[in-house]
Amino acid sequence: MLIKQLSVFLENRLGRFSQIAKIFSEAGINMKAFTVSENAEFGVLHLIVSDPEKACALLREKSFAATLNDVICLQCPDVPGALEVALAAITEAGISIEYMYAFAQGSTASVIIRPNDLDKCIEVLSENKFKTLTQEGLNSI
Amino acid sequence: MTMYWNKKVECMSREEMRRLQSERLVKMVEHVYNDSTYYRKRMDECGVKPQDIRSIDDISKLPFTTKQDLRDNYPFGLFCVPMEDIVRLHASSGTTGKPIVAGYTKDDLAMWSEVVARSLMAAGVSKDDIMQVSYGYGLFTGGLGAHDGGTLIGASIVPTSSGNTEKQITLMRDFGSTVLACTPSYALYIADSIKKSGFDIKDFKLRVGIFGAEPWTDAMRRDIEEKLNIKAFDIYGLTEMCGPGVGCECECQNGTHLWEDHFYPEIIDPVTLQPLPPGEKGELVFTNLTKWGMPMIRYRTRDLTTLHYETCECGRTAVRMSKILGRSDDMLIIRGVNVFPSTIESIILEFPECEPYYMIEVDRVNNTDTFDIQVEVKPEYYTDRITELAALKKRITARVQSVVGISPNIKIVEPNTIERSMGKAKHAIDHRKFE
Ligand SMILES: [Zn+2]
Repeated sequence: MLIKQLSVFLENRLGRFSQIAKIFSEAGINMKAFTVSENAEFGVLHLIVSDPEKACALLREKSFAATLNDVICLQCPDVPGALEVALAAITEAGISIEYMYAFAQGSTASVIIRPNDLDKCIEVLSENKFKTLTQEGLNSI
Repeated sequence: MTMYWNKKVECMSREEMRRLQSERLVKMVEHVYNDSTYYRKRMDECGVKPQDIRSIDDISKLPFTTKQDLRDNYPFGLFCVPMEDIVRLHASSGTTGKPIVAGYTKDDLAMWSEVVARSLMAAGVSKDDIMQVSYGYGLFTGGLGAHDGGTLIGASIVPTSSGNTEKQITLMRDFGSTVLACTPSYALYIADSIKKSGFDIKDFKLRVGIFGAEPWTDAMRRDIEEKLNIKAFDIYGLTEMCGPGVGCECECQNGTHLWEDHFYPEIIDPVTLQPLPPGEKGELVFTNLTKWGMPMIRYRTRDLTTLHYETCECGRTAVRMSKILGRSDDMLIIRGVNVFPSTIESIILEFPECEPYYMIEVDRVNNTDTFDIQVEVKPEYYTDRITELAALKKRITARVQSVVGISPNIKIVEPNTIERSMGKAKHAIDHRKFE
């Protein structure tokens, strides 16, 4: 199961993130999670939002370099060491993770994973009985 | 079938051409030394006497002439014949400062008609054509230049000049004009006006366009060709040499043939001013070999291009000039290396990921020049992976380093950051202060 992540290229310019936040709040788009991958000169902002298609179109309209891509949303079982087991299974299968970030909603914790091989990663997780969220599942939380 | 106006000269062997050029240069140098106080003074300053010039190979001994020299000697200071022998004056509207004035003797006008006739025929125009000249008639060389050359080959000239576009179009259709001669931007304007007026291009008989006097892109050429249903040719010229007709594309459109028995071309390094070997990119320099009224000796055009001496598929041996690749005035010296914005542009265009825009920014920090190039990535090439963007940056950096010789700092900027403008866009900002 995959969900849509919104990625936005940002030069290291102050204020760009607050512009994005403003655009979303005016359009009634809910930001569930975000993180930034960056190097010395630029960054890519990753966002999980309530309506990714609409959010992407809005940002592009305003000349933001926004794209949509698939990521895995792993629903973390409330058991100690569960994430460790999941990551070990992924690594053992020879899959590498580009980046990952976590967020909590109520009592549920979710981990966004961007592996180099999405299909294989999904396969490994389901074989190991881990639960991944669909877009609908995510929005209904 | 290829048509030539002057096959003997246009197809003569390289050896014969050099002999003819040598003969003419010797005569020209005697003329300017004896008949012009300006040129005598310049040659004396350089310690060159007419007897030092025995063949075309000696041309590099002669001093250069620049646009500034023309301005300083405005209006008639570079004329080399008495005013009574001048039968025509033209002037270019300089964008800054005084206009560039050109004076012609009767023989000069005949020479000019000859080179325009060669140009028109190279583009496939013959006496059977009806040629509408929509270049401006007047001080500008375009109108009368095309007019006289077209008359010489015997085409039926329709001297509409520029402007009054509605009437132009009506006459073009009613007369069945087959050739249109004008600036490429006016050609596009005419094409759009035809469409707006509700005419059908099928009712026109146009087949050839002779366009020049301003730079135009390949995209513009395709646009004009499609809209007017013609084949468009680039005619090259500059007021300082005579006007349009210094060269023209042939049917192969593989560069611009220069009529080098009248205008001797050289390519020089704009910094060292030394001549460069054939095929190398540098500044184009022209010497009038036959224009008696106001000859230019080693005139620096500031245009950057390359020259190719292989025989063309059309049979002509006349040297071919590639597209104008930029202006030597735009050159930046960064960390002691010459950098032309046009070179950076062609590198950026090699990358399908990049938009065709760029901005060079130069500064000096701790006594070292900084060299930043801003580029934009096309929307479809943005990804969520920062590593891909970093890899792209690395590839562009390596390419610039290998072509230019110094390493730039490539800055990937957000969409629509770099200024878009038609024509003469500003491609470099130099923040360095040289006191
Ligand atoms: Zn040719």
